Amino acid sequence: MSGHVKEFTKGFFRENPTFIVLLGLCPTLGTTTMVANGIGMGLGVIFVLFFSNIIISLCRKCIPASIHIPAYIVIIATLVTLLQMLLEAYVPSLYASLGVYLPLIVVNCIILGRAEAFASSHGVLDSALDGLGMGMGLTMNLTVIALIREVLGAGTITLFPIGGWDGVINVPILHTTPCRVMTLAAGALLLMGYLLPAFKALIGLITAPKEATR
Amino acid sequence: MNAPTLTVSTSPHVHSRQDTASIMWTVSAALLPAALWGIYSYGPRAMCVLLVSVATTVLAELLCDRLTRQPSTLWDGSAVLSGLLVGMNMSPSIPFYIPVIAGLFAMLVAKWSFGGLGANWANPAIAGRVFVFFGFTSAMSSFRLPGALGRASGADAIGGATPLTYLKTRLVDGLASTDVLGGNGYPFTKFAAKVADMCHVSPYAVDAFFGNIAGCIGEGSSLLLLAGGIYLLYKKVITWHIPATYLGSFAILNWLFGGFAHGAGFAHGEVLMPLFTGGLFLGAFFMATDYVTTPCTHKGEVIFGIGCGFFTFLFRNFGSMPEAVSVSILMMNIVTPTIDRYVKNRKFGFVKPEKKGAQA
Repeated sequence: MSGHVKEFTKGFFRENPTFIVLLGLCPTLGTTTMVANGIGMGLGVIFVLFFSNIIISLCRKCIPASIHIPAYIVIIATLVTLLQMLLEAYVPSLYASLGVYLPLIVVNCIILGRAEAFASSHGVLDSALDGLGMGMGLTMNLTVIALIREVLGAGTITLFPIGGWDGVINVPILHTTPCRVMTLAAGALLLMGYLLPAFKALIGLITAPKEATR
Repeated sequence: MNAPTLTVSTSPHVHSRQDTASIMWTVSAALLPAALWGIYSYGPRAMCVLLVSVATTVLAELLCDRLTRQPSTLWDGSAVLSGLLVGMNMSPSIPFYIPVIAGLFAMLVAKWSFGGLGANWANPAIAGRVFVFFGFTSAMSSFRLPGALGRASGADAIGGATPLTYLKTRLVDGLASTDVLGGNGYPFTKFAAKVADMCHVSPYAVDAFFGNIAGCIGEGSSLLLLAGGIYLLYKKVITWHIPATYLGSFAILNWLFGGFAHGAGFAHGEVLMPLFTGGLFLGAFFMATDYVTTPCTHKGEVIFGIGCGFFTFLFRNFGSMPEAVSVSILMMNIVTPTIDRYVKNRKFGFVKPEKKGAQA
């Protein structure tokens, strides 16, 4: 059982899709101007990754090796189209704000990467856990990046509207004097540059004591 | 510091008394007249802005020295110089947190993240200015008239746009800069009117040259910046290549193509007004000549200067942001390694190999 748990948890730290594997950076940097967008994008990727991993793992015996990439793309594209239609129907605001990044999930390197590197050679349960863990790891990254960028760049934290509340928290001082550059592309790249070593250092702090006792 | 007692290298040896510290302090001294003029014309608040930014960069430098566990590099003067440049790039009415953020960005991000002085790819002061400019655009582009102009217009130091901002928004009307500014009642001093009559130039260009102009603290007086630049040339701290090619290419491009904006046509553009405004002299003499972030060869420096002039011209005339000099210098900083890679000095005694078949 611990093997299965490991497949699930590796997406958070050990093989974190953004900070360690460095895959799917374009939507990561593009959609994280608002916390709600980041979380929405993350949930979308979880959906696609979970099901694509399951389907590809199920079909791994019957897909010929010579056309495996087109076959994966067809599966992923189908799921993304499904996701697009669902979001357009039920969460039109999120659909509008994610814009082109939603169809771009098709070519998101994390999804194809997991299909190629994991689902095509592992069982269904492991693949499902892997997809879920990787997707949740990505959602965690997107939320953290979006939180920092939105707080610094706009002085707000935009969550999802619940009931009468519009879902926007204003950060006291920063709300009146935001540093707008953080919501621009330059701010995203700048922040990414500092988060990478910070994350590596964090991993070092977490794993170092374990390795010392081993 | 712990310099080695015995230096072994091949002869001949040329010794120069110049070192990092002497260069940095010389540049800072050359900047001082323009800074003092800024304080004189914009009042004591300008001095506070300068002090805040210098204090920020100095403290950041001390912090970074401590963090990287190396002997203090404070006395090489680079932190003070960066702080002075950051402060001179601020509007005199700026809220104090902005020079602090600019100074911190300059030191922590642009300089020390890459390993300190000598390893930075961008001029720290320019990086700091550009960061806060895109971060706090409205605060960074609101200026006040200097004392002399305030008296000329009757009001006391009213808030005002720089002449450049004026021109940027109103040149579409198809008027030359003097007409635009004059038509909108932009003030000029009596002294400038006299000189303008004598030399047949725009009184605004005269005011801009002598420093009676709304703008950043340090960019005002082109005259004093020019004097500082000439002092640096005399002291052999900088060479003529970058400032001359930067100002020259910018002036020629403006003369050739600047006229189209107000319908004057080819080779009828204004030269003096664009040259004396927007911190061009500050950029050309003090920020584009930073050793670390410019090419190593004179040929490369010429390319660097022309590139700066070209991009400044483009951003001034066609950009959407009221920001040209610092962004174009930053862009040329980025391509500096590429220039250095392809433009190299001829090795002494090197003879070009003849092409095959050219001569039997």
